[in-house]
Parts: sequence; structure tokens; C-alpha cells
Amino acid sequence: MEVYFDNAATTVVYPEVKELMIKLMEEDYGNPSSFHMKGVKAENYIKEARNQISKHIKCQEKELVFTSGGTESNNLAIIGGALAKRRAGKHIITTGIEHASVRETMEFLSREGFEISYVDVDETGRVDLEHLKSLIRDDTILVSTMYVNNEIGTIEPIADIAEIIHEKNKSALYHVDGVQAFGKLTFSPKKLGVDLFSISGHKIHGPKGSGALYIKDGVHIKPIIYGGGQQKAMRSGTENVPAIAGMGLAADIIYTNHSERIEKIKSIKDSFIEKVTRFEKVFNNSGCAPHIASISFVGVRSEVLLHALEDRGIYVSAGSACSSNKPHASNVLTAIKLPKEQLESTLRFSFSEFNNMDEVDYTLKVIEELLPTLRRYVRK
Amino acid sequence: MDYKMFLIKYAEIGTKGKNRYVFEEVMCKRMRARLKPLGNFEVRREYGRIYVEAFSEYDFDDVIAALGTIFGIVGICPVKVVEDTSFDNLADEVVSYVKEEYGNKAMTFKVGARRNDKSYPKSSMEINCDVGAAILDAFDLMSVDVHNPDVMINIEVRNVAYIYSKTVPGPGGLPVGTNGKGMVLLSGGIDSPVAAYMIAKRGVEIEAVYFHAPPYTSERAKQKVIDLGNIVSRYSGPIKLHIINFTDIQLAIYDNCPHDELTIIMKRLMYKMAEELALKSDCQCIITGESIGQVSSQTSQSLYVINSAIRELPVFRPCIGLDKQEIIDISEKIGTYETSILPYEDCCTTFVAKHPVTRPKLEQILKSEEELKGKIEELYEKAMNDIQIVHCR
Repeated sequence: MEVYFDNAATTVVYPEVKELMIKLMEEDYGNPSSFHMKGVKAENYIKEARNQISKHIKCQEKELVFTSGGTESNNLAIIGGALAKRRAGKHIITTGIEHASVRETMEFLSREGFEISYVDVDETGRVDLEHLKSLIRDDTILVSTMYVNNEIGTIEPIADIAEIIHEKNKSALYHVDGVQAFGKLTFSPKKLGVDLFSISGHKIHGPKGSGALYIKDGVHIKPIIYGGGQQKAMRSGTENVPAIAGMGLAADIIYTNHSERIEKIKSIKDSFIEKVTRFEKVFNNSGCAPHIASISFVGVRSEVLLHALEDRGIYVSAGSACSSNKPHASNVLTAIKLPKEQLESTLRFSFSEFNNMDEVDYTLKVIEELLPTLRRYVRK
Repeated sequence: MDYKMFLIKYAEIGTKGKNRYVFEEVMCKRMRARLKPLGNFEVRREYGRIYVEAFSEYDFDDVIAALGTIFGIVGICPVKVVEDTSFDNLADEVVSYVKEEYGNKAMTFKVGARRNDKSYPKSSMEINCDVGAAILDAFDLMSVDVHNPDVMINIEVRNVAYIYSKTVPGPGGLPVGTNGKGMVLLSGGIDSPVAAYMIAKRGVEIEAVYFHAPPYTSERAKQKVIDLGNIVSRYSGPIKLHIINFTDIQLAIYDNCPHDELTIIMKRLMYKMAEELALKSDCQCIITGESIGQVSSQTSQSLYVINSAIRELPVFRPCIGLDKQEIIDISEKIGTYETSILPYEDCCTTFVAKHPVTRPKLEQILKSEEELKGKIEELYEKAMNDIQIVHCR
């Protein structure tokens, strides 16, 4: 049996999306910037994708810029935002539990002379709002937090964060990395009070290499890629039409009968957590996101359990990458102050609508078989 | 300049007496195989030399790089071929060759002519003198030095004429396949691929064995070893890689032996399996990347105890006296370093004790191994019967 429980890493593409993309590569392969009919046709696919996404996150079509994925969206928002605002100040706030594409971008800006502050999170990974309040200054130009944490599934109080930011500093931008929220939660960046919002296609059964950044109408940031002036010069480069159209269609599918899809995923997650924590010394660190379960198997190194599961056809992620030579615990698990024995023994199981309860039962059975052996053989 | 030909220089093969023919032919075969994807080439032996002639367009750097992986070659000389060997034309061609290669540089030179065609109107000495004069006429900054020239300009006259003066160094060594076969214990680290390279350089064909311990070592760790095998095979020729599943044996040692002796006992078993496999595969030696004192299992005492597991074959350890940096330098040169340092766990480190023994006593280890009797034989058989083979090329 093959069980794919790594849907926070990437997802299988919807068959409809695949078909559409093939058509766009075989037939409607025009360059949207071309003046002829093939160009117009290609452009229409992009318009359609804009429409499909904007109607579900309730924004204007012109507020979306298509990118190569979540990483580029985060880079564009943070670097582009910081450059546009640098005359107003050099202070930026983020958290210690961000995805590498935010964390490393912040490190880059720090080397370029920006000052980065890190707001505390509590033991569930939620941003400490009081601490945030105390960090915001007159020269704060940008705040960036994620919506749903990719390792433990914490849902951040975006609306509360936005309110605090805009209350204390009217001109500071608020960027949200919404990659793990898009397709899983129902939201509107505008209603949440967010200025910049990153989304990705391949986490919602769309293609890899697809993503978008919501830029609120009236908010100005600098582009980070220059060239032919596509997408109103905010993101030059010939649009990746198959990826954009694929992402649009995937968004449209996942947000149709959305609550049913999410209920199903959530019931799989809840059932898995409820049953797996019945095993001895197995702990749940998961937040409220419907698709992510973070589980610690004390006494087993996460990497070893991952490979043992893989051997039985079950694919998951390690919450931390540990090797004998270079212990490198996950930032997220460290930030929520997991005890050391849990730090190196945590796995992430992440679910999609294509999973089912049989897969959960099979996985539980395998884990039950593996745990005693794996716990017996440890480094002394 | 467009070279139509390369002259291949080799040193040690020349000293191998009656076997010389075999050595040369093995090397030519390797050259043909490596050049095949790069264009239409003929590799031929004549008058005690090896020539590569190009019959199609090719990329010069690619050809030099390909020939640079063939052990036995000490130098590669790009040759200009002149069809019309009449003396005036030959002299003109040499002058234009010198112009293109060196310009009018202040340098000393010597002309060295050989003629296979004894009916040629000028003797070798006359060609030397007259071509030298033509060069002196053409380039006022050049002068002749017959004892210690900066540049030696070689001319060979036969039905066509060859002109060459530059030598790109080759890897040296002996052609692979002329010195039997060895079984290398490949771990995925920096040292063992270097050891395999160094022994292959002496003409030894390579097979390899890797001990896989899932789930304690990952598919990626295994892939890394395959990748390393592929890189080494550029020099050594195809490598048959034997992948042995070692997990159950490792766990049996864990269950029955003192923890601080685990690495030593594990390595003794690996050696034993490697020797059995080597004998089955017609290898005459075992090759490892060990270097004295590098880790606890590579102290003199540990090496003695581990080596005692071997019954008959010699164990070649070409890195034994090298410092880590010296080994790294070679791995960078042969292109294995970047792959070797990828951080995947290997089975030697999975259960390594915090304080492993560094001065094991053979009697003590043999006593500890007594505990394995009756528990490990079946696992050993199963592992040896269940080997996965990957062909690295």
C-alpha cells in the first residue's frame, strides 16, 4: 500500500488541471504579450486564472501578481516592500517560526542594513500580541508573519495582528505568508487587513512553479525582477501560462464544495491524532490547521522512523533534520520550546482530500509494529 | 588552431617488455570507449606510438578531459598534420604553427625532426637546421638553444608530416585491467572513492561493496554511493557495485556485544563479507580508504583487530599515510568531494558509541564475538544471498 501523507510538502495535481496544462502546451501555447490571436488567447487564460483566484479570496483581479511560487512571492513582498519603504525607516518585524523563504530573505535584508526584530510566539506557536505591540516603532516599515505554520499547523491571529500594526503605525506594511492557508482556510486578505499576501499553486493540487502575491490596491512595492514589463512591470518575464492557468483551476476546484473537502481532511487528521497518541510516549504538537499533524515519538529519531515508514510505502516529513554529526533542530520546534527528546523525534503527517481512513489505519498499524524495535536500538 | 590529431605519450607501459602489446591495447580500448560520444575518432598504434585522429568536428577541451581520465597516459600532444611534405611547404607550415602557438615571443627553441620516410630528400639533421633557420628568419625575438630550449618543436615526416610542441599532462598510472581486480569498501565518505581511484590508477579493475542499513541509513545515502561509483568509473571504467543489507546484522551485534566495541565488530564483519564477495568475484585484493588515526576504528590497534577478520586477501589502503587535507585535495581533483560531503548518515555512525574503544584487544573482541555464535549465521547467509547489484558507469 502506498500512503502519501506529505501534502504540506506538495500535492498530486488534479486530473483536470493536468489536462488543461497539456492543452496549453500542445495547442494554446502563445505568448500572452504577442499581438496576434494566439497571444490574445493565452492572455485570456491568465485573465481566467485571475478571476478564479480573486473570486475565492475576495480581492480585485488587478491585485494579483503571478510568480514562480511561494518563495518568489515572499521575496517580492519582503524585498520589494522594504525597498519601497526604506526612506520611512529600516525596521522590520517577523517571527522565529517562518518558512526559509521568509527567514533567509530577512537575513539578507539584515546584511543589507535593515534591522530585523523577532516577535515571540507562545508554546502553540501563536504570535505574542503584547510583545508585537511593544516592538512596533515609528520607523517600522514592514511586518511579516505566516498564516498557517508549515510544520505544526498553528493558525496565526492575522486579523488581530493586522489591527495592532495599523493602529500603532499607519504606514507599515503587513505581509502574510499564506502558502499553507490557501485552499485550506476561507479568508480574504482585504478583510483580514493584510497588504501583501503570498499564495502557492502546488500545495493545492496545482502545478509546481506557480504562485501569486496579492498586493492590496494602493500599496506600492518595488519589483525584484526587471525585463519586458509584464504584469504591469511588477513581475517581468513571459508569464508561465500553463502554471498560472493550472493554479487558477486548482483554486477554483478546491474552493468548490470547500467545506466538504476540508471536513474530510480534518476528520482524517483528528482521527489520526486521536489514535496515534494512544501509543506510549507519543505526543501531539499540532495546531488547528485542518491538514497538518505534528507528532513526537519519544525515543525514536525522526529520520529513522521516516525511513522505516517509507520502507512500508508511507511518505511523511521529518519535523527536524538531524544527523549524527550536525544536530540541527527545527526553528519552529525550538521556538515552541519542545523538550529536547521531542525535538529530534517529531514527524509531520499532512493530509489531502485524496487520503482516506484506510490509509490512517494502515499507518497506525505500521507505527505500532515499528515503535518497539526502533525504540530498542538507539545510540548510547 | 584546429588539431586533427593527438599524440599520446605513455611512460611506464614502455617498460613492460613482452606485455607491452597487451597494455597498449587495453589503453586504446579505453580511449575508444571514452572518445566515442565525442565524435568520430580513430585510435591507432604505430611505430611504437599511439595516435588519436579526428574524422569529425569535436570540442578540444572535451577530448583533453576525456583522455585525461585514462590511466597510462602521461601526456597528450595536440598535433598539426601537414599533407604536402615538400620541404618548402613544410617549413612554411612550421612557421605558421609557431606563429599561432607562440606569436613572436622571446623564447629559445630547438627543432627535433624524425623521418620514417628514408627517401625524403633531407636528413633529420638537415631538417633541423633548415627549419630552425626559417623560424629564426620569421621571428626576431626567438633564438636557438639545443641543450635547454623553452620549446621543443617536433617534426615527424612520413607520408604526411606531424608538428607538435605542447604536452597536456595526463593522469599517469597504468591502464585499468592490466593488474587484476580489487573490491573496494565504499562508504559514501571522502576517503574510499579516493582509495578506489588510487588503486585503479595502478591498473586494477574495481568492484565495490556498500553496506546499506535501512531505515537507519536512507535511500539518499545509497544513491550518494551510487553517484560516487559513477564518478570513479569515469577513471576506472565500469564498476560493479554490490549493495548488502546490513541492518539485521548490525542489530544483532547491538543486542549481543558491548556497545563500545560495536564499530570494531561491525567492521570485522564487513571485512569478512567483503573478502567472501571479493573471492567470489575473482578479486585479488580488498581496498579501503582508511588512514591511520583518523577515527577510533582507524588507530593502529583497531586496524590490526579489524584486519584480523581477513583470511587471505591483501588489503590495500592507499590513503593510509595521507592527512585528511591531502585526501580532500585528491577528491577535489577527481570530482568526488562535492558528493562525498552531502550530509547523509552512513551505517558506521548510526549507533556509534559516545566513547568507542580506541585500543581494542583482539582476544577481547574475539570473546565478545562468541556471543554472536548461533545468532548471526543465518542473518549473514541471508545478507550474502540477497545482494543488490548496481552497475556504475
